[in-house]
Amino acid sequence: MTKILIDDVEIDVPPDYSLLQACEAAGAEIPRFCYHERLSVAGNCRMCLVEVKGAPKPVASCAQQVKDQRPGPNGEPPVVLTKSALVKKAREGVMEFLLINHPLDCPICDQGGECDLQDQSVAYGRPGARFDENKRAVEEKQMGPLVKTVMTRCIQCTRCVRFVTEVAGVPEIGATGRGEDMEITTYLEKSLTSELSANVIDLCPVGALTSKPYAFNARPWELTKTESVDVMDGLGSAIRIDARGDEVLRVLPRVNEEINEEWISDKTRFAVDGLKRQRLDRPYVRRDGKLTAVSWDEALIATAQTLRAGPDRIGAMAGDLACVESMKATLDLMGALGVKNLDGRPTGAKLGGGPRQSWLFNSTLMGVEEADVLLLIGVNPRTEAAVFNARIRKMWLQGALRIGVIGPRADLRYPYEYLGAGPQSIAALSGDFLDALKAAKRPMIVLGEGALARADGAAVLRAAGRLAASVGIVKEGWNGWNVLHGAAARVGALDLGFVPGDGGLDAAGMVAAADDGKLDTLFLLGVDDAPLPGKGRTTVVYIGSHGDAGAHRADIILPGAAYAEKNATWVNTEGRVQHGRRAAYPKGDAREDWSILRALSAVAGKTLPYDSLPALRAKLIADHPTFGHMDYAPGAADSAGFDPATLGAEGSLGAEPFASAVAAFHLTNPIARASLTMAECARAAASTAHIAAE
Amino acid sequence: MSVRRLSPDQPASFTFRPDVLETAHWWCAKYPTERKQSAIIPLLWLVQKQEGWVSEPAIRALADMLEMPVIRVLEVATFYTMFHLAPVGKHHFQLCGTTPCVLRGADDLKKVCRKRIGEKFAVTADGLFSWEEVECLGACVNAPVVAIDDLYHEDLSPDDLEKVIDALARGEAITPGSARGRQTSAPDGGARTLTDPTLYDGSLATPLTLPNLPETAP
Ligand code: SF4
Ligand code: FES
Ligand code: FES
Repeated sequence: MTKILIDDVEIDVPPDYSLLQACEAAGAEIPRFCYHERLSVAGNCRMCLVEVKGAPKPVASCAQQVKDQRPGPNGEPPVVLTKSALVKKAREGVMEFLLINHPLDCPICDQGGECDLQDQSVAYGRPGARFDENKRAVEEKQMGPLVKTVMTRCIQCTRCVRFVTEVAGVPEIGATGRGEDMEITTYLEKSLTSELSANVIDLCPVGALTSKPYAFNARPWELTKTESVDVMDGLGSAIRIDARGDEVLRVLPRVNEEINEEWISDKTRFAVDGLKRQRLDRPYVRRDGKLTAVSWDEALIATAQTLRAGPDRIGAMAGDLACVESMKATLDLMGALGVKNLDGRPTGAKLGGGPRQSWLFNSTLMGVEEADVLLLIGVNPRTEAAVFNARIRKMWLQGALRIGVIGPRADLRYPYEYLGAGPQSIAALSGDFLDALKAAKRPMIVLGEGALARADGAAVLRAAGRLAASVGIVKEGWNGWNVLHGAAARVGALDLGFVPGDGGLDAAGMVAAADDGKLDTLFLLGVDDAPLPGKGRTTVVYIGSHGDAGAHRADIILPGAAYAEKNATWVNTEGRVQHGRRAAYPKGDAREDWSILRALSAVAGKTLPYDSLPALRAKLIADHPTFGHMDYAPGAADSAGFDPATLGAEGSLGAEPFASAVAAFHLTNPIARASLTMAECARAAASTAHIAAE
Repeated sequence: MSVRRLSPDQPASFTFRPDVLETAHWWCAKYPTERKQSAIIPLLWLVQKQEGWVSEPAIRALADMLEMPVIRVLEVATFYTMFHLAPVGKHHFQLCGTTPCVLRGADDLKKVCRKRIGEKFAVTADGLFSWEEVECLGACVNAPVVAIDDLYHEDLSPDDLEKVIDALARGEAITPGSARGRQTSAPDGGARTLTDPTLYDGSLATPLTLPNLPETAP
């Protein structure tokens, strides 16, 4: 620790702190444009100038470290001034220079109201301009369907360049030319290919990079801001949903160090226009082969009739976006009817039952920063958990992580050791990498749905578990056994025990039974991305928000709320229980899902014992105490006695290589598939993949 | 300076000539393999020597060769004005337009260029000539200066420049350096100081008498 005097406040900070960090620690505010905590230091905007006693001129505080400051003549701590006349003048000067070439087009700029340049020029600039010449103008650049550019506004902070190079791992943005003619561009104006590309919109301190889908839609002060969680993947990233009236206009990241730092994927950010399209806004019942709009009463009565079939002839599945409350209500209703055909893993991952650790990401997402060796099995984190992939990349960049892959050989944005394509390679793993895993202090094995949702999934689980046990994956204060789920609902379903009861059918079994005419009623709680029964005798009841595969097959549709339209709970892949909050109301006649089930239970004569969300949650916590522990990832807490070698089942490992559970990143769920923006991104991604393949 | 863009007309591909490739490898060998991007500037220069300019396929080829992102190569190529991003004439004139040269008549040289060659960066129909204005070439003592291809031509009068152009057009060799025959940057018309030979022929030297010197035989 080093002592330093900042505006007469003496503080003790680590010697490798920058002056800027030290000033913040001392409570002094330092304006900045180019500096960003999570990016390398560029030191090119000069907004952060401070006065250091003994230095001949103001110094850029972001680029100097505390340990490099000279002490006073008698060894007194170095003195930094942030409020002196010199600093004030320096800031005014920098502001004036920045504004020389910055257009004064705030009234037509989307950044207006949330612009660093606006705010800081008010706070630190001088009134009025002295510059009489023409300002420069920069030609527009293309960066793809998400990022809109108005390059005349760029102040060359290079945050965007550093972000795509360092965090996203796709060095696609650069600064060409120099001096006044420096321009930010992609090579030949190609689209950005990163799944995280739109974070440059947040990073850009001015209105040079703004959101294309949201262009000219609203001003920040018109929006109602709701803090919520994301459901586009299994991470549960912290987001803020901005809505005007009843329309969700955009999604922005919130900082959550433990999950998403401050990034979100492009899908999280831009799939929201899917909330406006393909919506199920009233109940439907199929009559004479055609879906006909009906009233809620009719729909509920029709549904209740289907529940008269014997419990063996009823089944229920929960899909990828289902919230815990709706799954709990479904389970309670099915339980009251005695139904055992239940499955919350419609794609057939061979998980569930057994210890909770077996399906969690036990190292925690942040744990990868402590890990030294990482083995990815049947998972492509870039498409299945893009934000987490950036964290893996961060650790790889620091040289702290050795990465091996068994499964699809994809471009992960960092190099890795390729150890095999299919299940055989797990059992056959040997040599250097195995030794490294064994020797590692913090080994990590990550399984994806691609490894588990297959016929030999249970055997794969056993093989991976054996491997894990043999390398000592569970240690004091560490559990390196991880499952990376791609679906927001999955861990919640497994925690609730949404798996077949004794003698019950699993998802594949239910579909087969339905096709054989052995099932009369099948409840689909937002199941779209899984095999569905063909048209037949089975009455399919679909509860969900979007007209997608499930609703297409359904005979009765009960319209529910999408994630932004309900107060609901999701559990992320780490087992972190989080509340999402309502930012808008469900569309048309749609209702919150749990209340549909509650109403149905009353019509069916099996009234559920709760009639409000708090009552439902109280019951939920009473039945499953893990749900009472909010925003908490158990990590290694309860891992003593957890033996991965006993997971899954003995069986023969197939020869078929693992495939990632996510084929097209932009189209993984009904909301994303309804989104025009995502469709455009998917097209762009397909065409770049096509070019790359040639 | 102005905004620099890649030429709209690009060749289909680029490959190094075998002998140039050898030189390229020689440059690459100077840097550790994991830092081979360091060779980017010499390699861009080799490209320009071979083709006369730096084309987009060449930028991509270098990115592949040095395993660096292609945008980084573009950054370097656009940063340095010495890399031509569009074809230039067989003889490219870089005419200095900074103050000392302007004071010594660079504007008249510009007129000559306009008259004989055309607008900046335009290539003559025979493909022989093109010109551009650059900032100080660092030879202000011999202003005005025009760098033709790799060599400086100094103390140019408009007539001198025309003669140079004529010679080049006839395919003759031209002599770089001062057009007025100055020796490097020595004063015009020969030395003005230290001209008295007695200063260095020893005639002004007074014989020393040192005490206790042994008598030399006469
Ligand atoms: S575009 Fe924005 S983030 Fe990128 S350099 Fe310009 S001002 Fe900075
Ligand atoms: S913040 Fe320090 S120079 Fe930009
Ligand atoms: S001004 Fe022309 S060479 Fe310096």
